[in-house]
Amino acid sequence: MEEEKNDKQKHQDIPLLMELGAPGRRGYYLPAMDVEASPVADLIPQQYRREDTVPLPELSEIDVVRHFTGLSRRNYGVDVGFYPLGSCTMKYNPKVNEDLAALPGFTRLHPYQPEATIQGALQLMYELEKLLCELAGLERATLAPAAGAHGEITGLMLIKAYHADRGETDRDEIIIPDSAHGTNPASAHMCGFKVVEVASNERGGVSLDSLRQLTGRKTAGLMLTNPNTLGLFEEDIVAISEIVHAAGGLLYYDGANANAILGKTRPGDMGFDIVHFNLHKTFSTPHGGGGPGSGPIAVSKELVPYLPVPVVEVRKKKEQRTPVAEGGPAFQANNREESAPSGSYCYDLHKDDSADLEYYFDYDRPRSIGKIKGFYGNFLVMVRAYAYIRQMGAAGLKQVSEDAVLAANYLMRKLAPYYDLPYNRICKHEFVLSGRRQKERGVRTLDIAKRLLDYGIHAPTIYFPLVVEEALMIEPTETETKATLDEFVAVMRSIAREVEQEPEKLKGAPYHTVVGRLDEAKAARHPVLRWRAPISG
Amino acid sequence: MGYPYLSLTEAERQEMLAAIGVGTVEELFSDIPPAVRLQKELDLPEPLPESQLIRHVQSLAARNVTLDDYASFLGAGIYDHLIPRAVYHLAGRSEFYTAYTPYQAEVSQGILQAIFEYQSLICLLTGMDVANASMYDGATALAEAALMAVNITGGRRVITFESLHPDYRAVLATYLKTRGIELVTLPTPAGVANPEFLRPLLGRETAAVLLQQPNFLGLLEPVSDVGAMLAKSPTMFVASVDPISLALLQPPADYGADIVVGEGQPLGNPPALGGPTFGFMATREKYMRRLPGRIVGETRDAAGNRGFVLTLQTREQHIRRERATSNICTNAALNALMGTIYLALLGPHGLTEVATQCLQKSHYTAERIAALPGWKLMFSAPFYQEFAVQAPVAPEKVNAILLAHKIIGGLPLRKMYPHRSEWENGLLFCVTEARTAEEIDRLIRVLEGLK
Repeated sequence: MEEEKNDKQKHQDIPLLMELGAPGRRGYYLPAMDVEASPVADLIPQQYRREDTVPLPELSEIDVVRHFTGLSRRNYGVDVGFYPLGSCTMKYNPKVNEDLAALPGFTRLHPYQPEATIQGALQLMYELEKLLCELAGLERATLAPAAGAHGEITGLMLIKAYHADRGETDRDEIIIPDSAHGTNPASAHMCGFKVVEVASNERGGVSLDSLRQLTGRKTAGLMLTNPNTLGLFEEDIVAISEIVHAAGGLLYYDGANANAILGKTRPGDMGFDIVHFNLHKTFSTPHGGGGPGSGPIAVSKELVPYLPVPVVEVRKKKEQRTPVAEGGPAFQANNREESAPSGSYCYDLHKDDSADLEYYFDYDRPRSIGKIKGFYGNFLVMVRAYAYIRQMGAAGLKQVSEDAVLAANYLMRKLAPYYDLPYNRICKHEFVLSGRRQKERGVRTLDIAKRLLDYGIHAPTIYFPLVVEEALMIEPTETETKATLDEFVAVMRSIAREVEQEPEKLKGAPYHTVVGRLDEAKAARHPVLRWRAPISG
Repeated sequence: MGYPYLSLTEAERQEMLAAIGVGTVEELFSDIPPAVRLQKELDLPEPLPESQLIRHVQSLAARNVTLDDYASFLGAGIYDHLIPRAVYHLAGRSEFYTAYTPYQAEVSQGILQAIFEYQSLICLLTGMDVANASMYDGATALAEAALMAVNITGGRRVITFESLHPDYRAVLATYLKTRGIELVTLPTPAGVANPEFLRPLLGRETAAVLLQQPNFLGLLEPVSDVGAMLAKSPTMFVASVDPISLALLQPPADYGADIVVGEGQPLGNPPALGGPTFGFMATREKYMRRLPGRIVGETRDAAGNRGFVLTLQTREQHIRRERATSNICTNAALNALMGTIYLALLGPHGLTEVATQCLQKSHYTAERIAALPGWKLMFSAPFYQEFAVQAPVAPEKVNAILLAHKIIGGLPLRKMYPHRSEWENGLLFCVTEARTAEEIDRLIRVLEGLK
């Protein structure tokens, strides 16, 4: 109890940027103006001009550095400790990939530079696409989506375009399991589809009987995560695929859980027509505190024509090609006679023929759904994922999934005596516990999560999936040591004991964090969403 | 071959298998039906240990010409601004970049407070009441703003002008088409919007008018006139703005914008071939609960300490699912953080100086190009940072020669406006504060020497 009091006494707010600084301070200076300059008032008529000076705080560099350094020390990342957030795949983020993504040869590129000047970047994108297609078991991919949810709406638009092209515009239903991540139904709605929910069976998979009843003429497709959000592999995946395809629908794979299956099975082989990958989950790119991510989608042959523009293509170099090759539909149309047929080159990732090849952006795709993002996608995130796949290779990625699944099953077995396990079967890379037993003692999953923070461990995902009461979803990933896993078990065991012996204490957790449990209800009831300048009287 | 990111030893794997009660790890995959099991190894290139990986990826980077190698006059949505080195050092702290979305607020006060500061700064720049925690980029932020207006007004039509970034309009078209919403694009033969074209189209059926300031051609749009016209109509006004220009230009709140969006890349983010960047989005207080994306709010703990949390989450996908304001989950927190650090370092006078140099250098350059025989400035409206000039020869030829002199020339307009034959020799030049007198003079000399 003494310990807890001291932590609170020591608390100090870090002032907001806008509460800091002093007139005259500045943290960055430009070179002086070196060309003849006309006054601003001569160049911008008064009705367009700002009347005051933009109201930003005035800070020196040391102010800013201490401020953000202080904030960083109040932030928990994978580099700080264990982060078993189910469905997020908080694996370690390799440092070499940070350096590679920071190379000026990548960061200092403008997206509209002539293609001849960005061949290295285009090669990386083209090869990453090929690598992801091999992992997916599908034909082509687009790297443009900025996140998993963005990949979802892109994939759903492809489904829509596919059916529209076949005159089947009354296919307006997307079937989604009740255990699905919230982005799935939200994405379906954003694309103008109706959401039809399919129930889970007692083993935690999609109920085939329900599915048969729900599929029909109006089925555009099914969105599925496999393994699902309970961490369980859909054993009936072949039957599911057959049912949906027989009804004329397409299968969309939410790749959030791909960390469980690398080198073991592929979504394309399971019958999926579209797959999104979360590079910031499975492929080790950092989460950034909420992004940036990247959500490329791979598709089957039938869907390739609908991919967003542009698509990165490759062809053999022609002798007398002009050094400036610019993309865009008009230019391509004017110069089509010069180009070799696209997509005809057979690419071998094991060789480096790049000296004879040229990579380019293909906009000549009449059935494309169009653009889904500015420019080409999150390129610097792609660099990291590309580096990761090249560093791990096939055997390495298979080991990733094997260790991820091993770690999850190990934790599940070790924790089962202390917490309810709603689905007592082999899990994949994550599993769900229920805090039902603890709830009977008045302690909720939320309290358990907050108490974990006191032990220096980030809480697992809580209250998801919705199909489990007081859910606690745990995904250790393959990058943790056994010692870390064992420590987690010990802490969870301690907390279970605390629930038995001092349940009241848990309701007040956390005690050892920089702030105590924050009042989220108050934040929503009386929203204060920005700083406002104090009104001086 | 070992892997530095796999931490289990062989002995530990055996212990763990025993604890689980299985003999081999394959048994843990026995629930995958044999019909879908991979029967062969994945066909991927041989793994590269770190030093070889570096060598390989560096060779890819080395095959690109960068904005450090050549002087670039490209803009069109991504800008070569000077970025203080401290931005990278601070955003590169791994407590920030290896963190997840701050759902456990008590251990995420760092990023939560930084996002609260970011939201505040966006409001200060734009004059709006509330901002969200970021979108993917300017183009998708604009699309989501259009959908927000559709949801608020019930209108099934959105209007914009040709002078709005063509790629933004392409993304808009994709998002709106899938929801059956009509996109009307009004012509801008003079390079700027004519508000009179809007008058017949205003009303309940029109959810929003979207304008970009400055527009794609660098020109200033008649935003006050449009704002005044829309003030008396149910149609909402969405403005897509350049964040640095707001140091000199009137904040959108003052000319009647209901929703403000824009591309955040100019704030402390490198060009990066166009991504990752961030989109910003802000609105009036009354529309607060209709905003997509995450929002951070201030609150207290039981001891009365100030803290920050994700709030108004009932708008979002993880709670509302198909009735959410958007499907967005992961956004661009780290890029928004970089933008926040940039604004903190530049301050009001630094940002004003950047904007002023962009304005003055672009005008200096435009005047000198327009004075060359055969060249002319295409539009007469006031402009900021970018301008379109008509070349006396094919733009591709101009750029090929510039490239040979280590200059990346402006964007050929026909790439973006293929149907405007009168613009077909147009080039969009951008001059930021990063361009030096020497680079500009070199550009003029080379253009002068063109035959």
